[in-house]
Amino acid sequence: MTLSGWGRFPVFPGQAQAPRTEAALLAAAAGQGVIARGNGRAYGDSAVGAGRTVSMRHFNRMLSFDPATGVLVAEAGVLLADVIAAFLPRGWFPAVTPGTKFVSLGGMVAADVHGKNHHKDGSFGAFVDWLDVIGPDGGVTRCSRQENPELFRWTVGGMGLTGIVLRAAIRLRPVESAWIRQDLVPLPDLDAALAAFEAAEDASYSVAWIDCLARGKALGRSLLMLGEHATRAELTGDRARYPFETPAKRRRNLRFDLPRGVLNSHTVRAFNALYYWNGARRRGTSLLDWDSYFYPLDAILGWNRIYGRKGFVQFQCALPLERSREGLTALLEAVSDAGTGSFLAVLKRLGLQESAFSFPMLGYTLALDFPVNDRTLALLDRLDRITLYHGGRFYLAKDSRMRPETLRASDARAAEFAAWREATGMRQRFASAQSERLSL
Amino acid sequence: MSKGSVLILGARSDIGLAVAHEFARKGHALQLALRDPAAFETARADLALRHNVPVSLHAFDALAVETHAEFLDALPELPEIAICAVGLMGDQIESERDMSAAIRVIRSNFEGPASILGHLANRFDQRGSGQIVGISSVAGLRGRATNYVYGSAKAGFTAFLSGLRNRLAGRGIDILTVLPGFVATRMTEGMDLPARLTCQPEDVAQAISRGLERKRSVIYVRPVWRLIMAVITSIPEPIFKKMRI
Repeated sequence: MTLSGWGRFPVFPGQAQAPRTEAALLAAAAGQGVIARGNGRAYGDSAVGAGRTVSMRHFNRMLSFDPATGVLVAEAGVLLADVIAAFLPRGWFPAVTPGTKFVSLGGMVAADVHGKNHHKDGSFGAFVDWLDVIGPDGGVTRCSRQENPELFRWTVGGMGLTGIVLRAAIRLRPVESAWIRQDLVPLPDLDAALAAFEAAEDASYSVAWIDCLARGKALGRSLLMLGEHATRAELTGDRARYPFETPAKRRRNLRFDLPRGVLNSHTVRAFNALYYWNGARRRGTSLLDWDSYFYPLDAILGWNRIYGRKGFVQFQCALPLERSREGLTALLEAVSDAGTGSFLAVLKRLGLQESAFSFPMLGYTLALDFPVNDRTLALLDRLDRITLYHGGRFYLAKDSRMRPETLRASDARAAEFAAWREATGMRQRFASAQSERLSL
Repeated sequence: MSKGSVLILGARSDIGLAVAHEFARKGHALQLALRDPAAFETARADLALRHNVPVSLHAFDALAVETHAEFLDALPELPEIAICAVGLMGDQIESERDMSAAIRVIRSNFEGPASILGHLANRFDQRGSGQIVGISSVAGLRGRATNYVYGSAKAGFTAFLSGLRNRLAGRGIDILTVLPGFVATRMTEGMDLPARLTCQPEDVAQAISRGLERKRSVIYVRPVWRLIMAVITSIPEPIFKKMRI
């Protein structure tokens, strides 16, 4: 038996324990180097324990919902997909969602995930009212902004290194329909893309797919996807009558690893160019169901096998606003030069964020993925250096190979977090393969 | 407005819980019967919240057969569908050495389920409607050295369901026998099951829901099991007795 993250790299021997009762969970948490694992959607080694991995899959129950406030109390193993399935028909949607609905609530807290609305609403942590956390004392501690605020501050975005999140109270947002009005804007280069993001600061949702293999004048050409929850009044016919019903989607499942070499610089370059020109033809406004707008990749179960048996790595950094243009140009040039680009390159404007250890910062974030091989690992080291040079930092939920000195150089908060973990006795008790690698 | 209520006997089991989710999702009210309702309150709240249907808990002891009539009288209403997920695998070696352990396995898989479903069948017959689902096992199709105590009890249960179906045919009552094969549950946790032959509790729940809609009599959750069991049951006894499977 082996354990790994969504990128299937790196791979560790071992197996997760899956306790079924709270007593069994407390017993499992009482070890050395324990880490909780939700649905295994962190890309690298975040949810692989240094000593013991504890699966939260049996703690997947919703406990209460208050329709007056939209506050849902649920166990940490509940998947976002289940929250949507239960509450969208009643007019509620997650206040913040990452690019997949197959994440656990505990994982969303640990990574303090952000969504296409970060520029307006901040990260997931802003919508968490309180958490129940199993700590190094072996008991369950309730924490919030008022109660045990320090534990709360470090737990949101703390990558599971402050104990095991058992329950969370999260706020949902009211919506009038299950539809998103999308405005698709093709942008010929990076300057146009950045200008479009800045002009769209009022849009509820914004995200751009970026052609990371385009070169020269086309460097940074993108498709910007702006979105708004459609109101009842915008719908017609059956959609207006049943605003929360969307057509059932066909799920595809990639059941085998794509052979190496199918994705090479030529095929990916061609794919990206086609994708861009196809998007440019479909420019303008359209109504999309929530699943297609927020989770296009979820429609292909097991899409992580597309990069082959050896797995893939993702690179995601955030750059401060004033250095974004320069930094993104340097990153995209490096990727384009290396010629080993990905389909799934995403550019997103981030808003203000003040938290203990969360990833986002005011500026831009760029996410790229690559098949694992020596060449891309060398490229990633180069991207790390460019990011550092421009004052950026890295998303630990995506990381699988960063060096500890890179993390320390990018983020002064890392040393502070490590010191706090040491002082509170967390460091011995809660550790992942990632936290060991990064000396957190 | 919720659809007709579904009684799930042995709701704490993984299959019972998966069945509860499946029918609640389709809008049925649930009556969950299990030994210790207090310990199941979290799961009850979850079912009610997720699926927006009424869910009630009822203390039920499958082995206390003398209480079964009373148990049904105390339900808020006679359900439209009753699904029996009661069962106990036991340990074959222990059942060989200790007859009281063997009796417990036999009573849990045959006597208890037959008693409660017998009472339900009579009430359904009186009303003239109802659907009964018994979760039995492929182990009941032929006794094998490795689990014949469990298997024989399931064989009895399967025959009971078959007889019930025969008796109530044409009287508006459907009896569905489910033979799941390997299922990844608490009962089989830690066993080394072949992945291709093993299904999830959710698969069993969906198969039951489909089976009832199509008014089937006997279903295997994975069709390959029909073939496997056809082979196993066709081996002549003189050869079979020397085999270890």
